[in-house]
Amino acid sequence: MPAGRSSAVIRADFFQRFLAFGALIVLILFFQAWCILIGTNFLTFENFVNILVATAVVGIMALGETFVVITGGIDLSVGTVMTISMVMTAVAITSQHLPVPVGILVGVLTGGLMGLANGVLIARLRIAPFIATLGILNVARGLSLVITQTRPIYFPDNPEFQSGVMGNVLGIKVSGEFGIPIIAIIMFAAAVIAAFVLGKTALGRYTFALGSNEEAARLSGVNVANWKILVYVVCGLFAGLAGVLSAARLGSAQPATGFGYELAAISAVVIGGTSLSGGEGTITGTIIGAFIVYVLTYGLQFVNVAQEWQIVVTGVVLIAAVYIDNLRRRQRA
Amino acid sequence: MKKLLSLSAVLALALAACSGATATPTAPAATTGATAAATTGATTAALPYISIVSKGFQHQFWQAVKKGATDEGAKEGATVNFIGPNTESDVQPQLDMLSAELAKKPAALCFAALDSKAAGPTLQKFADAKIPVIAFDSGVDSTIPLTTVATDNIAAAALAADKMGDKLGGKGKVGVIIHDQTSRTGIDRAKGFVDEMKLKYPNITIIGPQYGGGDLAKSADLAKSMLAANPDITGFFGGNEGSIGGVLNAVTELHLDQTKLTIIGYDSGQKQIDAINSGLEFGAVQQNPIGIGAKCVVEAMLAIKGQTTFDKVVDTGFLWADKTTINNADVQAVLYK
Repeated sequence: MPAGRSSAVIRADFFQRFLAFGALIVLILFFQAWCILIGTNFLTFENFVNILVATAVVGIMALGETFVVITGGIDLSVGTVMTISMVMTAVAITSQHLPVPVGILVGVLTGGLMGLANGVLIARLRIAPFIATLGILNVARGLSLVITQTRPIYFPDNPEFQSGVMGNVLGIKVSGEFGIPIIAIIMFAAAVIAAFVLGKTALGRYTFALGSNEEAARLSGVNVANWKILVYVVCGLFAGLAGVLSAARLGSAQPATGFGYELAAISAVVIGGTSLSGGEGTITGTIIGAFIVYVLTYGLQFVNVAQEWQIVVTGVVLIAAVYIDNLRRRQRA
Repeated sequence: MKKLLSLSAVLALALAACSGATATPTAPAATTGATAAATTGATTAALPYISIVSKGFQHQFWQAVKKGATDEGAKEGATVNFIGPNTESDVQPQLDMLSAELAKKPAALCFAALDSKAAGPTLQKFADAKIPVIAFDSGVDSTIPLTTVATDNIAAAALAADKMGDKLGGKGKVGVIIHDQTSRTGIDRAKGFVDEMKLKYPNITIIGPQYGGGDLAKSADLAKSMLAANPDITGFFGGNEGSIGGVLNAVTELHLDQTKLTIIGYDSGQKQIDAINSGLEFGAVQQNPIGIGAKCVVEAMLAIKGQTTFDKVVDTGFLWADKTTINNADVQAVLYK
């Protein structure tokens, strides 16, 4: 009897865990059915690659955001932190003539620095995460414009930077000109690292502890402030990496871009099943959430749905995903 | 599992709801041989599919371009899909849009680049796939497009300067507010206006140009600070719908004597049309967005039919709209609200 019950629980858990993944598959099959109706094909390698590339930047941003959301916080600044990281990479490579790897490091560290600012504001100065990161959002957005004098910075002398990120893995073409894009591998590698940190390290354990019961963590002697700062630094580092990849993709730093990306990243995190009230969440869920967002965006365009309606559908799916996730939680409780 | 089903049901419902509202009335993805599946047993003579990737879709200007393009497509027998990013800083989403359109194997692409260089590698893929590319509006800084369909912004802004100089009797102070100094349109309009003024009306002092991002509030602030520093300003030129809208807001909010100011704008929109009719605004240069959209499709169809040599630029012209001409049929045809 107990054995039977526990296997039922495991089975239920299995379905719950793969709910987001199931939804992604349903979504893809849905678009395929639609494409068959209008006489085309969604399941092509080209579409697969396009979706991978479109997802990568926001997907990486969402990895860092997952940590913050699990602590029960929020980071609204990831979009424009991405922008300032992109700008600093460009400045390092062009006006400072530093080698590309150094430029990449500068970009990622810029993200970490902005994360540090967020963390200190939140954990030391006790400013609510929503407000602190909203402030840093604007600081980063404004600084990007100041540093670039509102003009994009191009790096035509470093084509290897762009090809190194946007090229095919090992230069292999799988179908036509298309191979597995390196940027997608970078995203999956970043996800593996994020999952390791969240699941196997002290930082991961404290991330969950802060989100489940910050007071209890404090009382049991955890240095809550320092760990929280570190969580925001991690989030900033991922945003910085996203900025570096974005710069490579665009062959330039675009100072006016990035604002609004934070909402796509937060959508991915939440659709992936991470609770905004903290204490719960997975990296796998976030990556699947990011794919759901971009399969939806890409698919709707591919079947020629009017753009106004694309925006409506994206909103409906976000709400539906969170509602169903709530049902799941309530049932389990 | 039940929840999985309910999620998919919600999804299906939402998507079905919008399928009723797809942009194109005809079979949407009439792709020409996109896949083996698409070609087998395709009995209907598929219309050529023309992708138009614009710089935006929400502004009335872009909606007018879209209308011109879809109407012309219906006339010439082409399926036209017009899309553009949410804001003019969405460089990366515009690239994703280009990639998705490329995957549909369009017969031709019409493209207005937010950033020509950033779009370069993606555009090259269109060239590799032998898909003809027509540039429009700001154009594309590349050799790939066969031609560029656009307003001659230097000449149009020079006309605004002529009208201003004439009205002011060749003297006074004119504030110039432009949307930005990076896009082709911003650069050309500032240059066209300022150069013409210096050449023909050397006694008119120019304040600016200053750049307000085409944003109403920001442009209004610029106009106010210009007025604060130069109370003797006698005229304003605004380089696009948002810039001139800001000037109009500033003048209204400060309760200035409108008879002492000559305000000249660019493009239309309800606000400017009302201001011209009420006498607050002297007049505005009108581009022809419907004509831009229509010409894009005309040029794309020529390319699809095999034409290989094109003029470098297809000028879609411009018109002057003031109180006396705004109700003329030719002006009414290019106004948008």
